[in-house]
Amino acid sequence: MRSISRATAPLATAAARLELLEYFLVHYEDLPRCAQASLEWLVRHAGVRRCVCLAIDGEAGQIVGVAGVGVTPDDVERYAAALTHIHDPLVRALTAPAPTTLRSGRENGHARYPGFSGANVLAVPLRGDDHDEDADAVGLLLLKTGTSVTGDVNWLVTVLGQKFDQIRGRGSLTEELRKLRRERALFFTIINSVTDPIMLTDTEGRLIVANSRAEKLFAATEEESEGRRRAVELNNMLFSAALSRTAVEAPSEARELLLVDPSDGSDLLFEVLSTTVEDPREGTGIVSVLRNITDLRRATEQIEENYQKLRIAEAAVRAERDRLNLIIDSVADPILVTDQSGATVLMNAPAEELFTVGAEAPPTAQRTVQSNDAHFSSFISGLLLGESGPGEIRRGEIGLMNPVSSETIPVEAIAGKVLTETGELTAVVTILHDRREALERTRLYEQLRAASDELQMRVQSATAELATQNELLRRQAIELEQASRLKSQFLANMSHEFRTPLNAILGYTHMLLQGVAGDLPANIRRQLTRIDSNGRHLLTIINEILDITRIEAGKMPMQISEFNLNELVPEVMAELDPVISRSKLTVTSRPASAPPTMVSDRQKVKQVIVNLLSNALKFTHQGGIEISVDYDGGAQLASIAVRDTGIGIAPEHHDKIFEDFRQVDDSPSRQYGGTGLGLAICRRLASALGGRITLQSNLGEGSTFTLTIPAEAPQ
Amino acid sequence: MTTQNGALILVVDDYQDAREMYAEYLQFSGFRVAEARNGNEAVAQARSLKPDLILMDLSLPGMDGWEATRVLKADETTKHIPIVALTGHALAGASEGARKAGCDSFVTKPCLPDDLVIEVRRMLNVKQG
Repeated sequence: MRSISRATAPLATAAARLELLEYFLVHYEDLPRCAQASLEWLVRHAGVRRCVCLAIDGEAGQIVGVAGVGVTPDDVERYAAALTHIHDPLVRALTAPAPTTLRSGRENGHARYPGFSGANVLAVPLRGDDHDEDADAVGLLLLKTGTSVTGDVNWLVTVLGQKFDQIRGRGSLTEELRKLRRERALFFTIINSVTDPIMLTDTEGRLIVANSRAEKLFAATEEESEGRRRAVELNNMLFSAALSRTAVEAPSEARELLLVDPSDGSDLLFEVLSTTVEDPREGTGIVSVLRNITDLRRATEQIEENYQKLRIAEAAVRAERDRLNLIIDSVADPILVTDQSGATVLMNAPAEELFTVGAEAPPTAQRTVQSNDAHFSSFISGLLLGESGPGEIRRGEIGLMNPVSSETIPVEAIAGKVLTETGELTAVVTILHDRREALERTRLYEQLRAASDELQMRVQSATAELATQNELLRRQAIELEQASRLKSQFLANMSHEFRTPLNAILGYTHMLLQGVAGDLPANIRRQLTRIDSNGRHLLTIINEILDITRIEAGKMPMQISEFNLNELVPEVMAELDPVISRSKLTVTSRPASAPPTMVSDRQKVKQVIVNLLSNALKFTHQGGIEISVDYDGGAQLASIAVRDTGIGIAPEHHDKIFEDFRQVDDSPSRQYGGTGLGLAICRRLASALGGRITLQSNLGEGSTFTLTIPAEAPQ
Repeated sequence: MTTQNGALILVVDDYQDAREMYAEYLQFSGFRVAEARNGNEAVAQARSLKPDLILMDLSLPGMDGWEATRVLKADETTKHIPIVALTGHALAGASEGARKAGCDSFVTKPCLPDDLVIEVRRMLNVKQG
């Protein structure tokens, strides 16, 4: 281990050697100090751990120990040998031309070479002239045997030998003075060459030695300007104050000191490092090195200021970016920001769903993402290559696919450039708009429109058909109306034509019966009576046909008046009294307890009652007939019921009897006379009055015909 | 009643059977009777004979009963003669049309001769007031 460390011990640098030489210069009279410094230097730079230096004391005629490292001061002092003892190994080593190995041993109970722990010692002679091996050495360097005598050791032996020779064999005073001056000049050259002010002051801060830089700040002659002198005076005061503070507070620490530049009055900031030095002759002094840190401070302040600005700007940018992220994440459409190289620098969550996929995702999803990426890249490549002008927006459709669901998503991509102030492309912002919803909406809208069109067409065709039908119906209605009118007219004319001959038949018959031709035999009178009664029957038929015709032709207008229904019934009974008398039936009436004031066509109501009563009389052979009047005040309906105990009508014939020219028995040999038009006319009149006729009857149980009409007839 | 006996009645009817029937019965009832077959004859007879009453059938060939009535009622010499309209048209409005034309009374055919005589006597009484 040891040999390795020795072998690898580096040569001391030139700076280290110079440092030692400078020390020699400073302590040019102090041999022990130089020796001690040299030994310490060996320890530091040559890997020596333990050594002792001996020097010849000419006055005492001895060689004595002057310095040592790795040994105690007592050990060093034990080294002493009279030069006269020429057999002493140390004295012999002085004269030996090369380093001598001294054997260890003990003398008088002590180790022969103190400090070396009984090991053999290598004694290297120190000579004033390195090149004269015959010259007597001026001292010895004792090293532990085995210590590698390297170049650094040899160099030290040489310079230390010379230094010893210099100090011991100092020649004449003039020589000394010359040397001193030279060394002083060298000293000042060295300290002046240092760019920082260096000075030695007393403890009060008064200048003892200063380099030129320090003098500029702290010294001024009488000839110099007032301002400069004042500045210097101020600097001295400031420095003294700083020194006293340093002494009190923290002697070894660097302090900042603000001084005035005497040449222009500007502020200068220095860092002061002060060290107290003790000199046996000069007493205590303080060495101060000042480093101008004005620019450094300014730079530092500038840096700090810039740093603060940067921090603020950074915070602002971060806030802006956070806000931007919030904004773009809140957009439902995917947004991507691409830098000029085509790399995606920002995307919101919807975009991430399309363009990113976890490593654990299935290969299909990975491929989908790659495919999406390729589609997107080819879309924006044009913008990135600068094919379009500034501010231009590129639109296009891209077919993307959802990596998870593999659903095809047609998107409309809108991309715009982001340019710097100088027009340089920094980014491309792309918004992808999912077109599925729009497409779906369009599709639904088309369907809706098609359905609407079809519906419209159907409605049109239906309307057209309806119009055609209406037109047909209208024509049919006109034709029917014409036919009906023609029929009515025909019947009216016919009845007139019937009446004229009938008038003559009835007239002449009547005349004959009145005895115009004189008295007639009974048989002729009976025959004439037959002609008369048949003629009258024919006339009734014609009149009833005429009535129906008039009603249907609308030529029987309503004659509205107020009347009492209770009074109408006795009137009808009086009119039919001859028939009632002949019938031998009991005909009674029961008026309404609270008869309404009818607002209707009195003549028509009466005609209906006459008809119903006539029928009842005709079809009833025994029993009685009751006519009752009732009024329902709530519904405002009046009813006149004619109840008989006649032959009755089977239910299956109830509808039939209201038809024109109908009786239950239609046969030519029917039992009952009449035109069969009575109930048909009643039905029409009841309808014209806003009411109706109802029948309750059964064969052999009598019949009840009821006329029900509103108290107020419709206009 | 005696004054009515012998009163001259002009019977106007184009239907011969009816005309003669009424004429015969009126004569049988004690009236004098003149006859006309149409409107023109009716106007001419009325002007020349100045009858006490005219029985006017309205449906006549040539000048009809309405027109003849209007002519007679417009004539100072004949307008005082009462005119009883006779018609087989039973439709509503027929009687109204007759009154408008100036008829003093209205009888619907078929009208038994007896009924007609009753109406003639009634009108003559009215005229005599």
